[in-house]
Amino acid sequence: MNRIIITLVGKDRVGLIATMCNYLAQNNINILDIKQTTVQEYINMMMIVDIDGFQGVFSDLASGLESVGESIGCIVKAHREDIFNMMHRI
Amino acid sequence: MIELGEVLETYEMVSNENLDVRTITMGISLLDCIDPDLDRLCEKVYTKITESARDLVTVGDSIGLEYGVPVINKRISITPAAIVGGAACRCPDDFVELAKTLDRAAKEVGVNFIGGYSALVQKGMTEADRNLIESIPKALACTDCVCSSISLGSTRTGINMDAVRLMGDIVVRTAEETRDSDSIGCAKLVVFCNPPDDNPFMAGAFHGVTEADRIINVGVSGPGVVKTALSKVHGESFEVLCETIKKTAFKVTRVGQLFAKEASRRLNVPFGIVDLSLAPTPAVGDSIADILHEMGLEYAGAPGTTAALAILNDQVKKGGVMASSYVGGLSGAFIPVTEDRSMAEAAAIGALTLEKLEAMTCVCSVGLDMIAIPGDTPATTISGIIADEMAIGMVNQKTTAVRLIPVIGKGVGDFAEFGGLLGEAQIMPVNRYGCAGFVNRGGRIPAPIHSFKN
Repeated sequence: MNRIIITLVGKDRVGLIATMCNYLAQNNINILDIKQTTVQEYINMMMIVDIDGFQGVFSDLASGLESVGESIGCIVKAHREDIFNMMHRI
Repeated sequence: MIELGEVLETYEMVSNENLDVRTITMGISLLDCIDPDLDRLCEKVYTKITESARDLVTVGDSIGLEYGVPVINKRISITPAAIVGGAACRCPDDFVELAKTLDRAAKEVGVNFIGGYSALVQKGMTEADRNLIESIPKALACTDCVCSSISLGSTRTGINMDAVRLMGDIVVRTAEETRDSDSIGCAKLVVFCNPPDDNPFMAGAFHGVTEADRIINVGVSGPGVVKTALSKVHGESFEVLCETIKKTAFKVTRVGQLFAKEASRRLNVPFGIVDLSLAPTPAVGDSIADILHEMGLEYAGAPGTTAALAILNDQVKKGGVMASSYVGGLSGAFIPVTEDRSMAEAAAIGALTLEKLEAMTCVCSVGLDMIAIPGDTPATTISGIIADEMAIGMVNQKTTAVRLIPVIGKGVGDFAEFGGLLGEAQIMPVNRYGCAGFVNRGGRIPAPIHSFKN
């Protein structure tokens, strides 16, 4: 399994998660978990996904997600899960 | 399972607190390049470096992208050049040719510095060592990426005062060769006592002769992250202070450990060490002096500074050692003056003096680093400062170093600007009383009694 953590931060509106999920589905990326919180009109969302089925290199995925983020007015980042496990788990 | 808050904390460290991996440094042994013919030596050195480090920059950048923490520098360290070039280089100018080859190789693979234009002369100098040292002013003036380091003493051997005397002259001549750019050549030249063989940081990195053919060493950073963590524990006890530094150092070092393992895997080069250093930059907030301020000092250099730095250095190591399977290099808090905006400010207002910096080097990771001094400082005075620092390292069984920049044509209070990560600072006053009678004696200072442990 090749796990990536995707975060989305921005102003909440209808269809944000749907847009993200459609992009992931089109690229054969499986969503393992989604968490989100909304404070007033702002949304913070985190997805854990498996990119084993993704055809392409990581930089394509990162820039693709960034573009999707821009199209919906949000900041979207994607990084490998290991960095967070290393920093926050013993 | 990772929590959203933990992910956001990591992003906060990178975007607002300057968390980065300061350097991935590939150590390359050039022992197999030794040849009595200078042209053949240069050709072999160029080929070995460019083939070994061909993918270093690409891999460093892609790891940074995938894990979200930038890798600021990709660098190379080599076997000390005096050993590599000893058979082929019969005069200082021959060594300059070797330096130019190193510079070309570094530029070809895209690294910003190559370290190891070095000689280890803590006990005595061979003809090759002397030729290399004599070539340093010209070599550093006609290259961009080459860094030079000279080992002048150790706890086991004592201090080679002939070499200390010579290096005072070499520092001044290097400054004169690069006088048009505020004597920047001296920023690429450092002298050591007890240098580590696996230091990934410049200007002192070299690949020790006991190391493997190639190795990956990683230097982490993160003064801004420590400062932010400490800002949340104002007024708390020393116990809380120490725990906070340790926890933060652990997180920062884990990033280094991950990057080192990943770079090692992708480049198919063994992992060496993680250097647990807090390395400042001129960026706002990325400062050791700011950490000392957060600990309760009005300015770096105020009474209490040495104690505060001792705590910081020790806690960084205690937090870091648990985060990495192999630690090494210099590991600790660096205190360069020009590279640390708040340190430079403290020096400019007179809070931080050269003498206080010397005291701080007893408890920091290295030594007197990136200090701009008047251009007319006598070579013997520079040798005296070097001798003092070597003595601190020798007696305390620690690494110490000196990287002074006598800025030719400028005096106390003038500004020296080096640009980029090297920063800028006001020129600091140096004690004006002489020590020529002492440093000109010649010979060696014997090793201290506690070095005899066999």
